[in-house]
Amino acid sequence: MTGGMGGGIVGGMGGGVDGGVGGDGAGGVVHDGRHEMGHSVTLTVNGVVRRAAVPARRLLSDFLRHDLGLTGTHVGCEHGVCGACTVLLDGEPVRSCLTFAVTVDGHEVTTVEGLAEGDDLSPVQRAFAECHGLQCGFCTPGFLCTVTAFLRDNPTPSGEEVVEAVSGNLCRCTGYQNIVRAVHRAAEIQAAETRAAETRAETGASDTRAAGAGGRTA
Amino acid sequence: MKPPPFAYHGPATLGEALGVLAEVGPDGKVLAGGQSLIPLLNMRLAAPAHLVDINRVAGLAAVEAGPDGVRVGALARHAAVERSAAAAAAQPLLRQALRLVAHPVIRNRGTVVGSLVHADPAAEMPAVLALLGGSVRLASLRGEREVGAAEFFTGPMESAVRPGELAVSSFFPALPERSGTAFHEVARRHGDYAVGGVAAAVTLDDDFRIAAAKVACVSVGPVPAVVDVTAVCGPRPAASADWDAVAAAVRDGVDPEGDIHATAGYRRHLTGVLAVRALRDAARVASRDGEAA
Amino acid sequence: MTTGLFGEPVRRREDARLVTGRGRYLDDLGAGALAAAFVRSPHAHARILDVDVSAALDVDGLVAVYTWEDLPGRLAEPLPLLIPHPALTHGRTAYPLAREIVRHVGEPVVMVVARDRYLAEDACALIRVDYEILKPVVGVEQAAEGVNLVHDDVPGNLGAHLVQEVPSPSGVSARQAVDTAPHRLEFRLDIERSASMPLEGRGVYARWDADDQSLRVHSSTQTSTSVRMAIAAKLGLPPTKVEVIAPDVGGGFGVKIVHPWPEEVLVPWAARLLNREIKWAEDRREHFVSSAHERGQVQHVRAGFDDDGRLLGLEVTILHDHGAYTPYGIIVPIITSTQLLGPYKVGAYRVEFSSIYTNTVQVTPYRGAGRPQGVFCMERTMDKIAAYLGKDRTEVRAANFIQPGEFPYDQGLTFQDGRPLIYDSGDYPESLRMLKELIGWDDFPAAKAAAAAEGRRLGIGVGCYVEGTGVGPYEGGHVQITSDGRVHVSTGLTSQGQGHETVFAQIAATELGVPLEKVSVVTGDTRRFGYAVGTFASRAAVMSGNAIALACRKVREKALRIASEALEADPRDLEITDGVVHVAGAPSASIPLATVAVLANPLRYAFDEESRRATQFAGTADPDRPPMDEGEEPGLEGRDFYSPVRSTFASGMHAAIVETDPDTAEIRILRYAVVHDCGRLINPMIVEGQIHGGVAQGVGGALYEKMVYDEHGQLLNASFMDFLMPYATEIPRIETAHLETPSPLNPLGIKGAGEAGVIPVSAVVAAAIEDAEGLTVDRMPISPSDLWELRRGG
Repeated sequence: MTGGMGGGIVGGMGGGVDGGVGGDGAGGVVHDGRHEMGHSVTLTVNGVVRRAAVPARRLLSDFLRHDLGLTGTHVGCEHGVCGACTVLLDGEPVRSCLTFAVTVDGHEVTTVEGLAEGDDLSPVQRAFAECHGLQCGFCTPGFLCTVTAFLRDNPTPSGEEVVEAVSGNLCRCTGYQNIVRAVHRAAEIQAAETRAAETRAETGASDTRAAGAGGRTA
Repeated sequence: MKPPPFAYHGPATLGEALGVLAEVGPDGKVLAGGQSLIPLLNMRLAAPAHLVDINRVAGLAAVEAGPDGVRVGALARHAAVERSAAAAAAQPLLRQALRLVAHPVIRNRGTVVGSLVHADPAAEMPAVLALLGGSVRLASLRGEREVGAAEFFTGPMESAVRPGELAVSSFFPALPERSGTAFHEVARRHGDYAVGGVAAAVTLDDDFRIAAAKVACVSVGPVPAVVDVTAVCGPRPAASADWDAVAAAVRDGVDPEGDIHATAGYRRHLTGVLAVRALRDAARVASRDGEAA
Repeated sequence: MTTGLFGEPVRRREDARLVTGRGRYLDDLGAGALAAAFVRSPHAHARILDVDVSAALDVDGLVAVYTWEDLPGRLAEPLPLLIPHPALTHGRTAYPLAREIVRHVGEPVVMVVARDRYLAEDACALIRVDYEILKPVVGVEQAAEGVNLVHDDVPGNLGAHLVQEVPSPSGVSARQAVDTAPHRLEFRLDIERSASMPLEGRGVYARWDADDQSLRVHSSTQTSTSVRMAIAAKLGLPPTKVEVIAPDVGGGFGVKIVHPWPEEVLVPWAARLLNREIKWAEDRREHFVSSAHERGQVQHVRAGFDDDGRLLGLEVTILHDHGAYTPYGIIVPIITSTQLLGPYKVGAYRVEFSSIYTNTVQVTPYRGAGRPQGVFCMERTMDKIAAYLGKDRTEVRAANFIQPGEFPYDQGLTFQDGRPLIYDSGDYPESLRMLKELIGWDDFPAAKAAAAAEGRRLGIGVGCYVEGTGVGPYEGGHVQITSDGRVHVSTGLTSQGQGHETVFAQIAATELGVPLEKVSVVTGDTRRFGYAVGTFASRAAVMSGNAIALACRKVREKALRIASEALEADPRDLEITDGVVHVAGAPSASIPLATVAVLANPLRYAFDEESRRATQFAGTADPDRPPMDEGEEPGLEGRDFYSPVRSTFASGMHAAIVETDPDTAEIRILRYAVVHDCGRLINPMIVEGQIHGGVAQGVGGALYEKMVYDEHGQLLNASFMDFLMPYATEIPRIETAHLETPSPLNPLGIKGAGEAGVIPVSAVVAAAIEDAEGLTVDRMPISPSDLWELRRGG
């Protein structure tokens, strides 16, 4: 080895200096290559405003996982094919590994950690557990986010639409059969809950608060 | 698989964007949807010194449909164009092709103009632009120019966009009355780049005979391969066209290469098969269109 | 067994955390740890001339750079050859970092440690390695010619050569049996490479505790106990100072049973050296070129048979592509050679394999582990015999089946565990009957003809297999009932999605008579259980399941013994129901297990209300006996091990109906049916899930997935764009039926289920395509382009 120091170790112990300092917002910041400037990125994640200063090249997936500590979003390929990293950006599913955090500064993101209402699992989460729609669970957050948005837009999908909806997510464990079943089951649960909420809203029509609190938020 | 460092620019207006692009010249790369660019960055197959992120630029996301055709802004996502009823009415081929572009989640982020600029010969949207004879509007500090599809695609992953220029929109012309379109493709997996794919447009005359027939083929050359088969098809009704001759004409009009997914011979054969399927579909649509009119 | 939990489709206990993002996979751990990345060889075969790191030194956040020269002691030696075998005369393993020569694209050359992965990759990109390119050896047949060598000291690139031969009962050799048979067929088969390809790559995270002089390592592994032993040995630490934990693991399928991977010793070593937490999470591109592949084989077959299609003699010669190294020995070709026989009696059998080095990624087991190749060989043979004789394909198979009355059936070979290949139980004729009914075998010709009338091409195929599961040497289980009535189960082997937390809890709850929700299970954590082999070879349920059952029985016996004294009853009259010990038929005479747990641990000190009852002045003990009887241990806990004399043999049969497009040559599976026999089912929902997943991987291997190397040894499709793992759109609905022939070898009567689904799929799909097309399919996978070329006589 040439250019190194004894024992293979180079550089200092690297501690203390955290990359994310300074920076002046998203517009037109320049760095100098090896000493990157930080960009302050503010996202509303699962309803909570989160802010961190990161280099411009920080992928949204890494931003969520490593800068915000939301490790529920998984990274399976980092080239946009597997879908494990899918999150909802302003409600629409996107690949967080194909998005820079700085690009979506100021936007809203929902991750798998934000699908449940407190301790109450969402219909999609419940259906996946009920139908054995997951094994190792690594791809699952991407499926859950994708399906959540899909069933919001299409609450009564056909079989073909369900397969198409999950066709951008790879799973190596389940063979997909139970995932597809789970999507149908989630649609059922969702419909039942919507009906129940409507019934509650009708019976409690005089109480505007009860009507508003009925269904789950989409 | 982390992108290399780059200088980041996030202009808020078109003017700012063009200013930055002029400044950084060939060292700059435009980021719109990022669905093709960011994988290349993550694999470090591309390492631009400057990244010009146009996602904050106002006014670039429009999808404007009119009798002449559809103009698609640089920030219009595939999904937005796919959903646009006006766009589908003005140029049905857009929706027919877009549902074949990758997967719905990718279409939520990827842009039509970005796909054109990326100029992947296996991609659907370049073939659509080529088939329809559409154009791409390029802006720079020096002004705007409109480049026709035939000149726009210059090679595999190469387009006519010059350093300092931004593709601000693309235009997909409408077809005359009694026209129909279709897009058929075979991909190894649903949503993959096609092994073979054909966009077809057919226009019928007053007697419902084929007056114009054209295909654009993907994955069979460095740029979308446009083959005009009007002379082989017409002027005859679709039912009595010599489709074998059409397939042969299309096979002769393309020059595919083999790769790990398919041999050159198979691609050539497949393109012929898909061309006939797409043309027949397009002719059916055209005759319905004619009856409706 | 007082409750019916065993055999119920109990919902998984893992899922609550996994559907809410609270799983803890390797890269979810160690926030703030330094990141490792590797400079990997871009060449298939080259000599390293110089490594120049100077340009990388400017990278802000770089902490360390290491090459082979930096490695001390045993770390500088080649990695272990895990499974030695006398036939593996030229076993070779890699160094953790390449020493002088690189032998495949992706081999690690330089290790970089930096503040985060981005910076580590920046540094990697700036490190210049000068290579002298050597001649690459690619393609198993070319390699076998031995013109160029992967290892200078391995002539002919021949790592291992093994012949197994079983003459006919009358002593006729296979060669002679084939030569003298009424009918003979000779043919060649090709199977290409695929890979396990779990959605989560490998990964290692290590913390050195300088005060305690100990290491804690998390690894995305299928064997934490053995990784621990390997790290201890390589770093010169006592095993008691190394703990290894497999956290939630995002799929394994075989690739994570190999150990130690270079990173599994390098990351802990650097963590200790730097006294910093270090993590390496493999990215997808690394996984393609530095983790293992499998399946690639060329087979030459000679078969001799009689007028009924009975195999009188079978000779198979296998060229097995082993890649650049043999860390996992020759397990894969041994399994191919032996499991090839499937459910059949072959008059005389001879199998010979040569395991050949090439300048490609090493080959180690991927789900199925050599069986898909073996089954492809035997099932193609059966189909060819049927075609030759003009017989129904199922009839030929039935003519060769081992009959239900013939178990245990000795195939006369030595299996992968070094033990005789003796099938313990099965019912193959019934399995075939069920399958034919499920798929509608007898009605298919009419459907095919009707489709043909519309210009459609349909075909049907069938495939059978037998799978040795639950190989030894052993697994263990530890069960503890605490004074809150909770049951804590631990076992050393790991989990990668098989639902062990659920099925082992079902076993414990059933054995102990406690509610399922009282049971918790820990796997793959050496802090909880130090002795284990690992999760592979469809062995976890058989091995740890039985070990846990045995441990539970010990605990139950102790609980009844203690309770019998408290209740003044004969232990033989006691039962446990819902966590309460009671006299059978007299539910009022009872004592909760929680209380028994208290009494099991005589105490001097009270720390809560429960424990007061076990203290020395509580008045519960007999003052004339020692607080603890001789031979007794405190606590209501027990540990036991299960070590089978040999494997138990699961089996199954699959059938598929495919449609091929006459114009585009697209291939679509219209129906897929599975009859599966893995003995008694612990949780049918989970078994079905295992089958679904296996079949999907099989479909991948049959129609989509292959690793394509060019002549330079470059992997041309090292991405999910071009390595075509199927999506939901590519996988048919899978119809399943279960047959249960219990294993007589283990207390629970179970057989393994993990790999079954994948094994016969290539054979079945090839047969169905043949049937649809009327041509011969001898090479898998097959793409539309391949089929079109076949049609043209290619």
